[in-house]
Formats: sequence, C-alpha cells, structure tokens
Amino acid sequence: MQTPASFEYERATSVDGVIASLQRLGPGARVIAGGHSLLPMMKLRLAKPEHLIDINDLTELAYIREQGDEIRIGALTRHVELLKSELLAEHFPLFREAERVIADPVVRNRGTIGGSLCQADAAEDLSSVCTAAKAKAVIRGASGERVVGMEDFHLGPYMTAVGEGELLTEIRLPLRPGAGSAHEKVERRAGDWAIVAASAAVWLDGGKIDDAGIALSAVGLTTIHLSRAEELLRGKAPSEKLFAEVGEIASADCSPSADGRGPVDYKRHLASVLSQRALRRAVAGALHQETKA
Amino acid sequence: MNVSITINGETVSRDIEPRQLLVHFIRETPGLTGTHWGCDTSNCGACVVLMDGKPVKSCTTLAVMCEGHEIRTVESLEVDGELDPVQQGFHEQHALHCGFCTPGMLMTARALLDENPDPSDLEIRTAISGAICRCTGYKNIVGAIRWAADYEAATKQEA
Repeated sequence: MQTPASFEYERATSVDGVIASLQRLGPGARVIAGGHSLLPMMKLRLAKPEHLIDINDLTELAYIREQGDEIRIGALTRHVELLKSELLAEHFPLFREAERVIADPVVRNRGTIGGSLCQADAAEDLSSVCTAAKAKAVIRGASGERVVGMEDFHLGPYMTAVGEGELLTEIRLPLRPGAGSAHEKVERRAGDWAIVAASAAVWLDGGKIDDAGIALSAVGLTTIHLSRAEELLRGKAPSEKLFAEVGEIASADCSPSADGRGPVDYKRHLASVLSQRALRRAVAGALHQETKA
Repeated sequence: MNVSITINGETVSRDIEPRQLLVHFIRETPGLTGTHWGCDTSNCGACVVLMDGKPVKSCTTLAVMCEGHEIRTVESLEVDGELDPVQQGFHEQHALHCGFCTPGMLMTARALLDENPDPSDLEIRTAISGAICRCTGYKNIVGAIRWAADYEAATKQEA
C-alpha cells in the first residue's frame, strides 16, 4: 500500500489566508489543488510536506476569461475546463490539442493548470504550451503580486519562480492578431507522459512571421524553450525550408536522456519532426484565421 | 481529524489521519468494498467514484478533501433490486470477465451517460481511456455502454 508520510491538513478559505499560512508554516508547507501530481509524489515519499494547504474551495481561482488584450486563466482551473473552453480553442487551439492527450478524462477532472505548472515536470505538456503561447504567470505573496514570463518561470526540474510564502494565482495569455498554434505529442500509450512533445505558436503580419513561440517537453531537465528558433523565424515568410531549419535547431538545442521511452537519437529526431509539424500547423491556422478575417 | 463525507446519500463521520486516501475511507469506514483498490497510481481506474457527479480516482484523492462533497460509489447504482442500465448493459453484453475493473468502469460509464446520453463509440472509448481492463474485454465494455445508452433512450421515449 502506498501511503503518504504524515502531515497536518488545513483547508484554505481565501488567497490571503493561503499566503498567511505559507508564511507562518515555512518551507514544510505545500499547497494542494487537484493533487494528481503531488499525491503520487507523496505516496512514493519523494515529497514529504509537513503541512498541506488545500485550495480546492477557492473557486475564485477557477476561471477562463477575456480581459482587455489578454485571456486570463485562474490557477485552479481544471484540465477538463481548459479542454472544453471555446474561448481558448478560438485563440489558442494548442491548449485543446494538448488537453486531449494529458493523462485521461478522469484525471483531467481534478488536475489544475496551476498544479501542472508548479509541478514543473519537464515532461508535462502545459509548461511547453504556456511557453510557446508567451504566457505570463501571476504570483502573489505577502507584499503583493508580481508577473513573471514563462521563460523565467521554470528554474529547473520541479523548481519554479514561485518562492516561499507565494502562490501562483493566474496565467495570462496576451492576445495578438494573426495568431495560430498547435501541439504535437508522441506517447507510448493513451494518457502517458510524452516521449517528446512540441508546442508552437506564431503571430503573422502581412504574410510574415511577426513573432513565434516554440517549446519542447520531455527532452531536458526542464521545458526547453527554443529561443534560437524563434529568433530565426521573426520577420521571415513561412516556408518548408524555414521549418526544416527550425527542426534542426530543435534537434540540436534539446538535451534528452535515454530511458524506457527511447534512446537519445530517437528523441532528437522526434524533437525535430514534432516541432516542424507543430509549426507547420500553427502557420496554417494563422493563415486560416487571416482569410476568415 | 474528524471528517464527514456524504457517501451514497448518507453522512459518514470518522476521526482519521489526513493522509488517508478516499479509496481506503470508503472501503473501511462504511465498509463499501465495491470500490476497488487497484494500481494505487491513478492509472488503472478501478477506484473511480463520483465526486459531485464527476468521476475521480479515489486512490489519488485524500478523504479529508472530500468533506462537504457528495461521493457516489458502485453500490448506489442498484436501487431496490433494480439494476442501473449500465449494470444491465454489462450483464447483457458480457462486459466482465474477472470483474476487478468493473466498479470503476461502471461509475465512469454512468458519469459519461449522465453528461452525454448518446455518445459515439469514440467518445465511449475516450471516456474509459483512464480505466484498464486486464482481461482486455474492451470491445464488450464499449458495447455494454452503448447498450445502456440505447436502453435509456428507449425508456425515455416510452415515458
């Protein structure tokens, strides 16, 4: 039987209350939402928090809404809501594509976007999705809020910019015209972690790539942000030759390890193929949007 | 700590350690052993119960997190000797062999039909993709859920 080590439990009634508890209890306290990342770690005793602060009652942190020139997603929003959201599907289709292949529908009823991002597992899909979409994370602490770009969010394996006494409260996705996006994943079986996954987003302007976001899951110690590929794409007209160059960068700039999911050269090959496929579909999506408008 | 959870409409209270998982609470406190404890890693789906009508894996949910929520287990499906249509479907279509996965499959199927009364085969397969049948009787399980959907549609029409 797998049983977590003993801990004290409290149920939060407000975001301020969570922050006060985290500050009072110190580094031994952890926030629990869906629990589908943290509880398995606790059952294996890889995580042994002394205190758990349950935020499932904080329904004010569960929303997906358009506000100004952003889509804002509350940290407690569950995978199933991300999958169903028409607003997200319209502006950032890569969310729905990723959600279809994250775990299984029953797990998706519990797991949350905040939990996924804070778990910061390199093989986790939403981290690469949010990196490609140029998302920003809103982190609240005792002295107020700060907004951190995804490129500064993941500090290492299972390590994020969310510090002691702080809570991730919101994800913000900037809305810009000419957007297209896609997520590609290869897994051993339905609902498994990725062997490799690639997320791509582009913003076209007059037939040229104004900006791009590309990120990879499961091929390094943390989510791989392909900034060199993004640099290459900016200002250029999309073409198969350009996609192939991005594939080469993806293959070179990731750092996979050999494991039960495959050897290094296979994963580098997948990184190249999947980033090209995601990028190609992201561009097609953006062009389709342009012709509709 | 003292926890009160509504299971199949009845409030069950007990002083438990916060680390107790929902699956063990259900099996030990009211003694409802229909919910099976399988892989313990949220992969197999044998432990699926409904929490406020939505299927969840009770091996990856703490019992304390369920206070104030409605839990439904496989024991709630049959009412006064009358089987739920999904149970009838499993019977009609021979959708169980060893039966270990059946409680989770039934609850997952019940939740699917509550949300989507006329699912396609692909939707059925997607819904049960978090449930593993090691006898590999998936074809009959999909058929049973289809049977239950058709039966419920026919019954509704009659009424």
